[in-house]
Amino acid sequence: MSAILEVKGLEASYGQLQVLRGLDFEVAKGGVTALLGANGAGKTTTLRAICGMIRRKGEITFDGQRIEKLGTEDVVRLGVAHIPEGRGTFGTLTTEENLQLGAMTRPNNSDIQADIERCYGFFPRLKERRNQQAGTLSGGEQQMLAIARALMLRPKLMLLDEPSFGLAPLIVRQIFDILADVKREAGVSMLIVEQNASLALELADHAYLIETGSIVISGEAKAIREDESVRASYLGY
Amino acid sequence: MDLFLQQIVSGFATGGIYACMALSVVMIYQAIHHLNFAQGEMATFSTFIAWQLLAWGLPYFAVIPLAIGLSFIGGFIVERVVFKPIENAPVLSHIVIFIALFAIFNSAMGFIWDFSIKPVPSAFGEGPLYEGSLLSKHQTGMISVTMFVLVLLWAFFRFTRVGLAMRAAAANPQSARLVGIRVSFMTALGWGMASAIGAVAGILIAPVVFLEPNMMLSILLYGFAGAVLGGLTSPLGAVIGGFIVGIVENLAGTYIPVVGGELKLPIALFLIVVVLVVKPEGLLGRRVVQRV
Repeated sequence: MSAILEVKGLEASYGQLQVLRGLDFEVAKGGVTALLGANGAGKTTTLRAICGMIRRKGEITFDGQRIEKLGTEDVVRLGVAHIPEGRGTFGTLTTEENLQLGAMTRPNNSDIQADIERCYGFFPRLKERRNQQAGTLSGGEQQMLAIARALMLRPKLMLLDEPSFGLAPLIVRQIFDILADVKREAGVSMLIVEQNASLALELADHAYLIETGSIVISGEAKAIREDESVRASYLGY
Repeated sequence: MDLFLQQIVSGFATGGIYACMALSVVMIYQAIHHLNFAQGEMATFSTFIAWQLLAWGLPYFAVIPLAIGLSFIGGFIVERVVFKPIENAPVLSHIVIFIALFAIFNSAMGFIWDFSIKPVPSAFGEGPLYEGSLLSKHQTGMISVTMFVLVLLWAFFRFTRVGLAMRAAAANPQSARLVGIRVSFMTALGWGMASAIGAVAGILIAPVVFLEPNMMLSILLYGFAGAVLGGLTSPLGAVIGGFIVGIVENLAGTYIPVVGGELKLPIALFLIVVVLVVKPEGLLGRRVVQRV
């Protein structure tokens, strides 16, 4: 399978502190790739670097096009939907307005309303809350909204930053089930960052393990899940 | 009783101007979180452009859209040229530039049109609306135009995609970028619209106070008071605040003997202080909570 995203020698720093030290990895077209690692390993930074939210060096090729010099808005316009840490909800706007914003870069036509309905199909809870201020939704609902908003872009690639963060186990389960549906039905490629390794490995086809800004292990998700030594030393379960 | 009504009604009319100024202050505050001190001078500049076009013999119905359009472009350019480069600079840099803009616009007007006061004819004609009416034709016009502008803006932000994008960019710039909105372009649009609203306010008030380069000085203060009173984060609040300031100022000037005509301005300042002490977020504003 060809790669939708190819990253070579990615470096990024916050001021003096170098966080990424030459990462190489790929995301397969239509596949789910997981980035695993401990706190502070550089997972979130990697996603932010791909989207141009921080300054980065190295080669980033998305869908055959080099994007490491592009600004965030332009990366998004190519079809990369980033679901950030903290979900990035527009709290003062309604649920439906949040969804409309997801489709902001698409031409204005009736497809958008149809896509909103499709998102409500994935997340019926959001339909009940459509006219409610998004800031008043529960954490789980806001995470659903963030994923739905990303889908509104009709992305080729979704970057998910800790979708399980701060949510009750039951809700996390629900969200990962929906992500599996999305993968199957919408055929969107995903790069997912997670602390909850077992969940992420269930969803993913391929996984990379990051430690202090470098990739230490890469392989099929299934193989990593079954490798006792990797599990014990890096994933802790 | 008649005097009381008369004062309320004419306070409402000038309140409309304050509401417009408050609204343009809030539009820029929403986008860059600073108060633009030069807003008044920019509005006066727009009014001078309108006056110049009138003096060249253009009819009012052509002058108004032209002056408003030029102001929009002017505001847009000011943001692109002056504020875009210092987007992430500390607040002091912004203040210095606001003061610079204030001085530049003020002296440019003095240079081009000199400092003598100029009468501006009303677009709505002279005299009372009808025999025995509390409102003059011009006051009626002021109130209607203000209301029209407000409804137009409300519809723009509520029903158009650009309006939604502007609201999103103001509410959460980082997320706005992540859905592909060009946030800095939205900021420039905000400046353009603020200048256009300022132009409307200037053209409406000029027939009442006479046109000269310092025309907006005190009016902007009332606008600030209105914006603070209503809440700097709420356009609707700013408008309501503007109207309240207009009415309070008029009533205080009439009924509190020491205030009279000269001490009206400190009322605006007094209002600002009271609001900031008692209810800093204003009537309709949101308390800004920052997660750390």
